[in-house]
Amino acid sequence: MDIHYSSEQLAFRDEVREFLTNELPADIASKVKLGKHLSKEDHQRWQKILSAKGWYAPGWPVEHGGTTWGAVEKHIFDEESAAAGAPRTIPFGVNMVAPVIIKFGTEEQKAHYLPRILSGEDWWCQGYSEPGAGSDLASLKTRAVRDGDHYIVNGQKTWTTLGQHANWIFCLVRTDPEAQQQRGISFLLIDMATPGITVRPIITLDGDHEVNEVFFDDVKVPVENLVGEENKGWTCAKYLLTHERTGLAGIGASKAAMRHLKRVASKQQKNGKPLIEDTLFRTQIAQIEMQLMAAEMSTLRIVAAASEGGVPGAESSILKVQGTEIRQAITNLLRKAIGPYALPFLPEEMEYGYEGEVLLEDYSPSLASIYFNMRKLSIFGGSNEIQKNIVSKMILEL
Amino acid sequence: MDFKLTEEQQMLQETAERLVRDAYTFSNREKFSESEAGFSPEFWNQMGELGLTAIPFPEELGGFGGTGIENMLIMQELGKGLCLEPYMESVILAGGLITQLGSDAQKEELLAGIASGELQAAVALEEQQSHYDLCHVTTTATRQDGSWTLNGRKAVVIGGHTAGKILVSARSAGDVRDQSGISLFIIDPNSQGVRRRTYSTVDGRKGCELFLDNAKGELLGTDGEAYDAIRYHSGRAIAALCAEAVGSMRVLCDITLDYLKTRKQFGVVIGKFQVLQHRMVDMISELERATSMAILAACLADDEDSEERSAKLSAAKYMVNRAAQYVAEQSIQLHGGIAMTWEYAGAHYAKRLVMIGHQFGDDDHHLEAYAAQLSI
Repeated sequence: MDIHYSSEQLAFRDEVREFLTNELPADIASKVKLGKHLSKEDHQRWQKILSAKGWYAPGWPVEHGGTTWGAVEKHIFDEESAAAGAPRTIPFGVNMVAPVIIKFGTEEQKAHYLPRILSGEDWWCQGYSEPGAGSDLASLKTRAVRDGDHYIVNGQKTWTTLGQHANWIFCLVRTDPEAQQQRGISFLLIDMATPGITVRPIITLDGDHEVNEVFFDDVKVPVENLVGEENKGWTCAKYLLTHERTGLAGIGASKAAMRHLKRVASKQQKNGKPLIEDTLFRTQIAQIEMQLMAAEMSTLRIVAAASEGGVPGAESSILKVQGTEIRQAITNLLRKAIGPYALPFLPEEMEYGYEGEVLLEDYSPSLASIYFNMRKLSIFGGSNEIQKNIVSKMILEL
Repeated sequence: MDFKLTEEQQMLQETAERLVRDAYTFSNREKFSESEAGFSPEFWNQMGELGLTAIPFPEELGGFGGTGIENMLIMQELGKGLCLEPYMESVILAGGLITQLGSDAQKEELLAGIASGELQAAVALEEQQSHYDLCHVTTTATRQDGSWTLNGRKAVVIGGHTAGKILVSARSAGDVRDQSGISLFIIDPNSQGVRRRTYSTVDGRKGCELFLDNAKGELLGTDGEAYDAIRYHSGRAIAALCAEAVGSMRVLCDITLDYLKTRKQFGVVIGKFQVLQHRMVDMISELERATSMAILAACLADDEDSEERSAKLSAAKYMVNRAAQYVAEQSIQLHGGIAMTWEYAGAHYAKRLVMIGHQFGDDDHHLEAYAAQLSI
């Protein structure tokens, strides 16, 4: 047992740092650090650079274009990337649908979809939630009816993150309406260009367009787009959710946010001195930083244990709760750090490259918005209450 | 970086686990606690016979060269059994201080005994006004004709009532809160000028107040330069207490979970109620945090002294204290009335978990310490 990095791991960290220093575009890093919006083009530009290095899909098996990294290497990469201001990986393709295709897909599906994810040709979004199926995901109603070589899909998905950029969507659809809840569900890949699909924006409380509604009206989907067996889609969904949760602790992102908080608190003033020298504020930062230290250690332990024996279990639910609470607490302090300047709503000043008069600081306009936006963390990916139900059932057997 | 135990470490863990499981039934613990020693001299001897008391000492001094990891494994098992023996105080803390500061003669005289268990030592660092600040020392040490005389009062010396030797911090120079000018002395508690007022502690142990009235002390280390070593070895004590707390929390969570699965109200086991399920999950969540921080502390405990090490050990103690208190309070709450009784084992785990916070700094103390050094 040793928490110090080995010399090989330190060498790997240096390699990652050098890569980020040389390859991460300065404008993108600057946007990330200031909390500005990233365009589709920003994400794609960074993805191409990672792909060229062979580091876009570190979790995949090597034969599909992944890496041989262990848990510690992945952690180092995530942490260094977040510290450098690299955009977070949009997970829907590389970290969500791809693991399902690798685990449950046919050889044809692997050969077709995986290279297109690596190259950035396909941008995936997730078709899970519905207006009537949130935390109770298995109550979903979107229907897929077999008609010869096709399924005819009708229904509505919602909260589709960055669906406006996507050309593919993976969906949970009901193929057997007679079967009990989870049993009649299938996992279907759908081309967004298929006639009958409509994407409508949902503007979130911070004024942002991040999520969408997706409507399906007699959408014809070829049967070869089914992943796994018909009516066994819930197995894929569960597998994916466990994969999703491990990353949901968001340690790298929280550490980056913590650095941002310290920068902001060093610049803002209270009682004629930097806010970070205010005992009360400083103490609150210290509390969160210690919680973050614990969550980082827990992540390493769980991921390391999982890399020995497969998929992480319900422990990742505990981390999802802890990690999201920490991130929310950081955004709360960031909002409070600017006092009354949390109030002005200045969408144009939030954009990168804004050249007008700056009301306070370049970082200030987005802090309240980010605080509200981050309320989503404890809701998505299985709400924190659902995570507690999972722990209660799977670990405690209550 | 890895989180695996070696084969030797696994064997050590099993040895400690077996020893504790066989000796420490709840009724045995009650007897040990009520005895004059306040712990089991027989269990202490067994620890010595099995080599557990020799674990952290260097091989050339008759030990096994164990590190913070080995200490963690032993302390966790002692925590699981709610053991009363002053292992941390004598072996880890006194032993560590003497190993670092002692002359060859002092090491020869004392360490063999501590490592075998024949000599039980205690450490007196706190005072009435110190409140975990170990450089706030008013006890004085004066030298005359090459011998040292100590005057003052040391507070809540756990294990001090039975100790064969006590290490005492006293000021030989400087102002009352200076880090410099603090020295460590070895005293014989049965010698002239030493008075002990022995008491039981809330968590079933025993300790004493130490009154020094022109008592004789033997200098340990360099005059006036003991504080760095005191801070360093307090860090090792903190790591040990974190591990002990994790062991106790784990058992208390198990006890509480069992209760949720057996106690019936309104016609069902109470573990069926979601509000109680989520509370239990919160307890497990705190336990996970504490476990991670105890591992962190164990891995850093024997690192070279540095501000980063001190800060992370403060973070560990802060998080573990908070978790321990949470688990203790919620465990009592989830049990209801039964956990309010002396005869219920869970209540004693709860008491120890809260009292661990009163040794080497509570959550407020370590929050303040961590915040003060916060790196920008």
